Amino acid sequence: MVFRRIPWLTFAAPRNFHVLVQVLVPWLVGGAVVLAVAGLYTSFFVAPPDYQQGNSYRILFIHVPAAWMGMFIYLLMAVYGVIHLVWRIRLADMMARSLAPTGALMTFMALWTGALWGAPTWGTYWVWDARLTSTLVLLFLYLGYMALRTAVDDRENGARAASLLALVGAINVPIIYFSVEWWHTLHQGMSVTLTSAPTMAPSMFTALLLMTGACWLYCAAIALRRAQVEVLEREAETQWVRDLIRDGDSRTWDRNATVADARGTIREEGRS
Amino acid sequence: MLKAEGLSCRRGGRPLFSGIDFNVDPGQLLFVRGRNGCGKTTLLRAICGLTALESGQVTLRGEDIRRLDESARADLIYVGHRDAVKDEFTPLENLAVQQGLRGEGFDEARCLDALEEVGLAGYEDIPVRYLSQGQRRRTALSRLLLSSSPLWVLDEPLTALDVRAVDWLLELLEMHLAQGGLVVTTSHQPIDGLREANILDLS
Amino acid sequence: MWRSLWTLVRRDVSLIVMRRQDILTVVAFFIIVTTLFPLAVGPEPEILRALAPGGVWVAAALASLISLDRLFADDWRDGTLEQIVLSHQPLPMVALGKIAAHWLSLGLPLVILSPLLGYSLGLRGFELVVLMGSLALGTPVLSLLGATGAALMLGVRAGGALMALLVLPLYIPVLIIGSGAVSEAMHQAGPYAHLSLLGAMLAIALPLVPLAVAGALRISLD
Repeated sequence: MVFRRIPWLTFAAPRNFHVLVQVLVPWLVGGAVVLAVAGLYTSFFVAPPDYQQGNSYRILFIHVPAAWMGMFIYLLMAVYGVIHLVWRIRLADMMARSLAPTGALMTFMALWTGALWGAPTWGTYWVWDARLTSTLVLLFLYLGYMALRTAVDDRENGARAASLLALVGAINVPIIYFSVEWWHTLHQGMSVTLTSAPTMAPSMFTALLLMTGACWLYCAAIALRRAQVEVLEREAETQWVRDLIRDGDSRTWDRNATVADARGTIREEGRS
Repeated sequence: MLKAEGLSCRRGGRPLFSGIDFNVDPGQLLFVRGRNGCGKTTLLRAICGLTALESGQVTLRGEDIRRLDESARADLIYVGHRDAVKDEFTPLENLAVQQGLRGEGFDEARCLDALEEVGLAGYEDIPVRYLSQGQRRRTALSRLLLSSSPLWVLDEPLTALDVRAVDWLLELLEMHLAQGGLVVTTSHQPIDGLREANILDLS
Repeated sequence: MWRSLWTLVRRDVSLIVMRRQDILTVVAFFIIVTTLFPLAVGPEPEILRALAPGGVWVAAALASLISLDRLFADDWRDGTLEQIVLSHQPLPMVALGKIAAHWLSLGLPLVILSPLLGYSLGLRGFELVVLMGSLALGTPVLSLLGATGAALMLGVRAGGALMALLVLPLYIPVLIIGSGAVSEAMHQAGPYAHLSLLGAMLAIALPLVPLAVAGALRISLD
């Protein structure tokens, strides 16, 4: 079978991906540190205290980016899952797999910081608010995804099962969100909501943006690194990994990579 | 008619087999041999299109086995290691369900004949759970008598059969081959007395 | 095609009916979980009445969950599932047939029994009708969603708890809308909006979920 060369799949070949990660991760980590320092400085020393909540609101500079990342990463995971299911590109699955712990961590952070913020603001660590509840459900979805992966013996089958679960979960996330929102308005529980927050001072907005950027870069770096480790582990028998171990770092990539490389079907040639 | 090119498969991260090619024409039998765990069952399931291969392709009459349309899929009958016999049902009910699944109407007379031929006369109405392992296997094999599929894929068909049943099955295979059928099978026991068995050694 | 599908549904129903204890177990589970609520919160009629819609619905969702592990597992173990895949039926239709049989034999008894349990918790008249209607629309959706989990779990050692982790989050919307319908029937507003939403969920799940189940079955059989 002749595979048409698709340039955008260059980095889906394990070897090229490895090189890409080697190049990208230092920049991502550096960027994350710079943005985090700038963001933390702005949020602690530049942004003014809130006229209602005092200083306790500052935890939102971590809370909000974490909540965004938690949701976004689940969506991204589902997209990678679809790519894996449809085109059988293994790297997509490795990315999805690497994203899951980070996404779960972000979701957990969002819940935790939310609880800490809720204590002084609402007077309680936990309320069955629509957002809190759906974030909790999101955490369960992450946990189910990871648990299913580890429970299936065959790695490839586990990967496909988990990809399908991520897809089903992603379709359900908005349904869960709306039903919980609706449930909340029906039960008339809390009167304080995040949506009715007062308008933001520009410095607050800047701090939020910086922290969001830091979160993005951190998640990208950690997920890429984790996927890289996974790639090396799975490809441990291949020639290029052996060369890598023998010769140290290699920074050249194979520009002729094809979709077959990405699927790992012609890798057998390189196997000794 | 049945053709395999460059089949390879991995299980649990390690290669199971690779580079398998074969060709089975009408009237031929392919006997897959190998020690335990070398992928006989996986290969047979791949031939039926149940297992996804890492590379390679199985074709039946030039069509990819995993993309067969309805009528072409009726050309194949598979009796697996797990024999798809329900404990709760009687042999007759089992056959009825199998026929229904294959989209054929239930023909009681033919089913009873088939059961008689495999030596289950008198047991048609007893739930399979009260039958012996060999009788259970015979129930599964009686499906072969009802089908008109040219390609038979049999995974360890001789397991649990007594000498008389083995003879009967070999005779049946012989007859099927003589009528231009195809058989792919595995077995621990040597299958003697079958003409022109092509042997495929895994491992 | 219809003939084989009909064979399949009839076969599944008769198999479950042959194993009567399965139905009895699920029904008994449904009743026991519901009786736990008054025992836990006390016998005050007002509290129980407020709790009734949620209580019956949670019990139904859990009963639906525990009934799932038999949906595909037996057929997978004895090889029937392989034969089903090889038979020339479209797999989503087969999945739908099996889910329908499963619901008819294990979901429908819950629906029929629910007014009794609702009555014991203090629901009356129209509320019982709504309870039954909401379960009639909702439990098929639960069966459909749960079937995806059941298909993914084939051949997985860590059974029940993982199944709950996979499936229960998907049950949440149905649970909210379903118990909401009964709550609304107890108050001024009618239950019709909720019931329509449940119907919409069923209408969406009916054609889509079997596709996911078929995909999951293929993965598990591979």
